[in-house]
Amino acid sequence: MSLPEPSIDGRFGEFGGRFVPETLVPACQELEEAFRHAWADPAFHDELDALLRDYAGRPSPLTECHRLSEALGVRVLLKREDLNHTGSHKINNVLGQALLARRMGKTRLVAETGAGQHGVATATAAALLGLECLVYMGEVDMERQALNVFRMRLLGAEVRPAVTGSRTLKDAINEAMRDWVATVGGTHYCLGSVMGPHPYPWMVRELHTVIGTEARAQCEALLGGAPDVVTACVGGGSNAIGIFSGFVGTPAELVGVEPAGGAAIARGVPGVVHGSKSFLLQDEFGQVNEAHSISAGLDYPGIGPEHSHLATIGRARYVSVTDAEVVEAFQLLSRTEGIIPALEPAHALAWIARDRASLAGRTVLVNLSGRGDKDVAQMMDVLG
Amino acid sequence: MSAELPPGVPAPPTGPGALERHLRQRRDAGAKLLVPYVTGGLGADWVDAVRAAADAGADAVEVGIPFSDPVMDGPVIQQASDQALHAGATPVSVLESLRRADVGVPLVVMTYYNLCFHMGHERFAASLAEAGVRAAILPDLPLEEVGPWAGAADAAGVETVLLAAPTAPDERLPRICTRARGFVYAVGLLGVTGERAELAESATVIAARLKAVTDKPVLIGVGVSNAEQAVQACAVADGVVVGSAVVRRLLEGEGPEGVAAFLRGIRHALDATS
Ligand SMILES: Cc1ncc(COP(=O)(O)O)c(C=O)c1O
Repeated sequence: MSLPEPSIDGRFGEFGGRFVPETLVPACQELEEAFRHAWADPAFHDELDALLRDYAGRPSPLTECHRLSEALGVRVLLKREDLNHTGSHKINNVLGQALLARRMGKTRLVAETGAGQHGVATATAAALLGLECLVYMGEVDMERQALNVFRMRLLGAEVRPAVTGSRTLKDAINEAMRDWVATVGGTHYCLGSVMGPHPYPWMVRELHTVIGTEARAQCEALLGGAPDVVTACVGGGSNAIGIFSGFVGTPAELVGVEPAGGAAIARGVPGVVHGSKSFLLQDEFGQVNEAHSISAGLDYPGIGPEHSHLATIGRARYVSVTDAEVVEAFQLLSRTEGIIPALEPAHALAWIARDRASLAGRTVLVNLSGRGDKDVAQMMDVLG
Repeated sequence: MSAELPPGVPAPPTGPGALERHLRQRRDAGAKLLVPYVTGGLGADWVDAVRAAADAGADAVEVGIPFSDPVMDGPVIQQASDQALHAGATPVSVLESLRRADVGVPLVVMTYYNLCFHMGHERFAASLAEAGVRAAILPDLPLEEVGPWAGAADAAGVETVLLAAPTAPDERLPRICTRARGFVYAVGLLGVTGERAELAESATVIAARLKAVTDKPVLIGVGVSNAEQAVQACAVADGVVVGSAVVRRLLEGEGPEGVAAFLRGIRHALDATS
């Protein structure tokens, strides 16, 4: 069993949909059609699989964490998306969308980015395929992820600050959508997570199922079955849905970890922003609240619609951890395993560390969605 | 002329609502329609600006209920929304002000869908009706998603204006026009709200395509910035919506008088052509 396709109107249960300005409706319909065709076309898969293998370095390994496991009393396995080219899982989605954009005759990619990982991945794919690339990034994030801003520019992309609102990921998405409204003819909006209007939540999930498919086979080889728990951090939720997809048909418990300051499932109510209906942090009138997280990649008040659905039907559960717990976990993995994680997946590790009593003796698979190079400068400040 | 609607989208009530009747009457009497936009809650005298707009010859006034994430709006209306929100504007406060405003022309609310969804469709529709608002424009609620809201709005006697954009293929336009009430909002260009140096060519093209499939009033909005552009637009369209050019004047401190003077200029230019 794998995750089912959304309904014809782009719903996962009651969540999802296509709440976009009229100008973008035909573009979303065209994209859905193009993706459906490409995804059923063996030639598209051949091309994508070759890039994932020869360019991005897939498959990514599964690493057993002996010293961390001993320290926590929990058997921890890492799916090493940090070892992909560009340093995170984001490349899986972006290579697929960039190939699709080229197939659709689009010559320009526009993207939003939080931590900069999606922006770097998009700039990379654009360079590889000879596409023009513009990335919107919140002004606050440009500061705390300055290294990634430089990387994007080095790769030939233009980076434009989003200067309104909280000046973080949510505002970068607003700017990217406004850009797309104005340039829709020749531009593909390369959205970086399982959110936005249909078909994005579905398409981005499909492009990340490679994580779950590989991990499932790797667990089979190592454990002879599924782990007890599969966990991942959740901003929009792309790395989480990618790894969950391999285990929904197993008895494994699925746990998404949000930042305490952006816990859409725990503290939000259903709402509509950025093209879909999902749990959303908002005030009593429906104004979207700003999220607050040490991690730019998770600093988002919403969550992808399929996660809202999985939470509602009880197939996955969603927890949250504090910035302080994340900083601890960031150091813990570095010291025990010689792996510096990105702050985003450090959320999943922080949850294991906090709940180690109830997880004692169990096997937990973590999606290590990215590496921590981009966060080192910020952590130098935090740790003094 | 009635085209097939997407699943879940109810057929509109037969016959025009109060806004549409008013706009048709004005149009059939030979007038070109002028609908200015004012951000609700912007400054202490925004209601005076709404009244001043009506007195200056607006046929209806569009009032924005500010939203935190206005994706269809450019810098001017974004800034106005931000200021209004910081000053404490809420859907409740804006509607309460409108209820007491006595503007003299029909009022249309423009806002984003989450404020409506959050309040609940029936409650939102009822609160518009109670405030004397005739119609609503929700630019992030396209035809395929409009069903639940449109049903509630129809029942409350609130007309749901729909947008039609230059990107729509021909077969989409009759469906939008069938469901649109009040008027059909022709999006003048590819892009968000904001003033432009020239009227985009796409403006009269989309208006002509719409006029070919509907006899509902067709108004061009987004990028109509001054009297000259309004006249150009109305060579094809029944009227114009003027937003950022009005709001910028309010942001720059010109107040209700500045808005009135600007709109009188447009009114005069439009009347001179008809
Ligand atoms: C390494 C890493 N993990 C996770 C995320 C969050 O995205 P998602 O929830 O879509 O996986 C980001 C976003 O920037 C990231 O850089």
